[in-house]
Amino acid sequence: MTAARWLVRRLLLTVVVMLGAATVAFAGLQLTPGDPARVILGSTTPSPEQVEQVRHELAFDRPVPVQYGLFIGRLAKGDLGRSYQLREPVGALIGDQAWSSALLALTGFATALTAATVLAVATAGRRPALRRLSMGLELIAISTPGFWVGALLLTFFAFRWHLFPVAGGSGPEALVLPSATLALGLVGVYAQVMREGMERALDEPFVLTARARGGGETSVRLRHALRHALIPLITISGWSVGALLSGAVVVETIFSRQGIGRVMAAAIASRDLPVVTGVILLSALAFSLINMAVDGLYRIVDPRLRESAL
Amino acid sequence: MGMSALSRTAWTAVPPRRRWAWTAGPGVCAAAAVLALIAVAVLWPDLLATHPPDQGGTVDVLAPPSLDHPFGTDQLGRDVYSRVVHGARPSLTIGLGATAIAVLAGSLLGMLAAAGGRIADELIMRVSDVFLAFPGLLLSLLVVAILGTGTVNATLAIGASLTPGFVRLARGQALVVRNSDYVRTAITLGQRRAAILRRHVLPNALPPLLVLAMINVGTAIIAGSSLSFLGLGPKPPTPEWGAMLSEGRDFLGIAWTIAVFPGLALTSTVLAVNVVGRWLQRRFEGRLPSAG
Repeated sequence: MTAARWLVRRLLLTVVVMLGAATVAFAGLQLTPGDPARVILGSTTPSPEQVEQVRHELAFDRPVPVQYGLFIGRLAKGDLGRSYQLREPVGALIGDQAWSSALLALTGFATALTAATVLAVATAGRRPALRRLSMGLELIAISTPGFWVGALLLTFFAFRWHLFPVAGGSGPEALVLPSATLALGLVGVYAQVMREGMERALDEPFVLTARARGGGETSVRLRHALRHALIPLITISGWSVGALLSGAVVVETIFSRQGIGRVMAAAIASRDLPVVTGVILLSALAFSLINMAVDGLYRIVDPRLRESAL
Repeated sequence: MGMSALSRTAWTAVPPRRRWAWTAGPGVCAAAAVLALIAVAVLWPDLLATHPPDQGGTVDVLAPPSLDHPFGTDQLGRDVYSRVVHGARPSLTIGLGATAIAVLAGSLLGMLAAAGGRIADELIMRVSDVFLAFPGLLLSLLVVAILGTGTVNATLAIGASLTPGFVRLARGQALVVRNSDYVRTAITLGQRRAAILRRHVLPNALPPLLVLAMINVGTAIIAGSSLSFLGLGPKPPTPEWGAMLSEGRDFLGIAWTIAVFPGLALTSTVLAVNVVGRWLQRRFEGRLPSAG
């Protein structure tokens, strides 16, 4: 199968999955009890004419299949709808908050990746005592919920020892505790996956060759084994996206930090469905595209996969 | 995905009866002891608790640990230790319930996909692909946004987000077992369908699903408490561990006990579940994919 045909197939599959996701979102909007027109008009009792007008403007008075068609049409043009509570286009709302969340996710991811690399290089297939300790700590990290880590860091580093700001803030020091919390949710899994990959790579003949040429142990690991240990990380990148997004919801809530996650948490509590479905559809799109990119990378890295259909 | 994913997630058929060495190290024994203690707290919380969980006071508010209140008191003067003990039941209900839903719905749908013909297979697998496109907690959050908050809805939400994984595994399992030599032999020998199902298919298809369930319970418990922490789970004054942390959030600067103890109970439970789960997974060595 040629690269072009593969790409077309995968893009079509992504469109199908996104159409499914949009249908789920539409069903969610339809199933939510309460009249959205009244929600939009707010708490004061609106006149029936007002309600009728809003219903007509937003096409709530049309048959469901027509509404579905309009919904999909708007999505295709990039219009995610309007928030019930904030009366703002969902796209603009997300755009305003995206930078703060992206910064958090990137620093969290980079911290986790760096820490996991250090752990894997230092303990893969050597230093049995340190390796056991590291594995134990990783299991603890996997078993610890993000909101507890956040609460602990906040209690001790911010409230008791005054090392970092308690809430809000936009400077780099306000980013330390939130991204550390987010990173701790990833580092356990990353370190386990990378150690396993590195231990497998260290058994390969090319490592023996590198050692025979006189490379030191750490340089052999960094220059030859590390890139093999990174491949399984690409495999779980879908999981990473999910962990970063769900992590952002919790982390931004506990640190009262601006961002998409906090908007999302507030929207769920107030059942502001257009915001919830908007964020979720964008995440699903990002997730599908990343999965596609990963499979594409695999085809480049491992030519044997070019035989398979997907 | 497709075939390659199938062969990666499916178990290879091994002889159904095999003796396992049920040896456990000290870590696994400690984890089992923690789980036993948690089980007591779930079943008979009054055996361990020293105060009623909702009994507050105006004298000892946000008090540090003392002999009478080993974990201190919270913002309403309630005994944190007793609330942590009574919190075991609501905290574990969501995670365990969600896993049970996912195992049941997942195996039913997975087997239906494997045995119900092409159309059923395509339909079930494409729908589960769509659900897999919502990563992490996001599907649960969407379901809660639609259904509303509360214990039952949070359980359903997390159950729904875990189900696609079980559908895939159950389908793969059913296909592997159906095409295995021992089932073919049984068919050739003229055994009845029900007997084949009971004696060959079920014992071989079920254990991997149960191991996956055991591995997922920890994640599900964390997910449940995270929803409660976000205010989407049981209503106050339920002493759910995540909700306790959330309600005490404004007082973290005054009383460190609020942050430490409910989270410690939650993390020890999940850690114990994960240690025992991994040990069970190793018992099935060679039958379980490393990714879980």
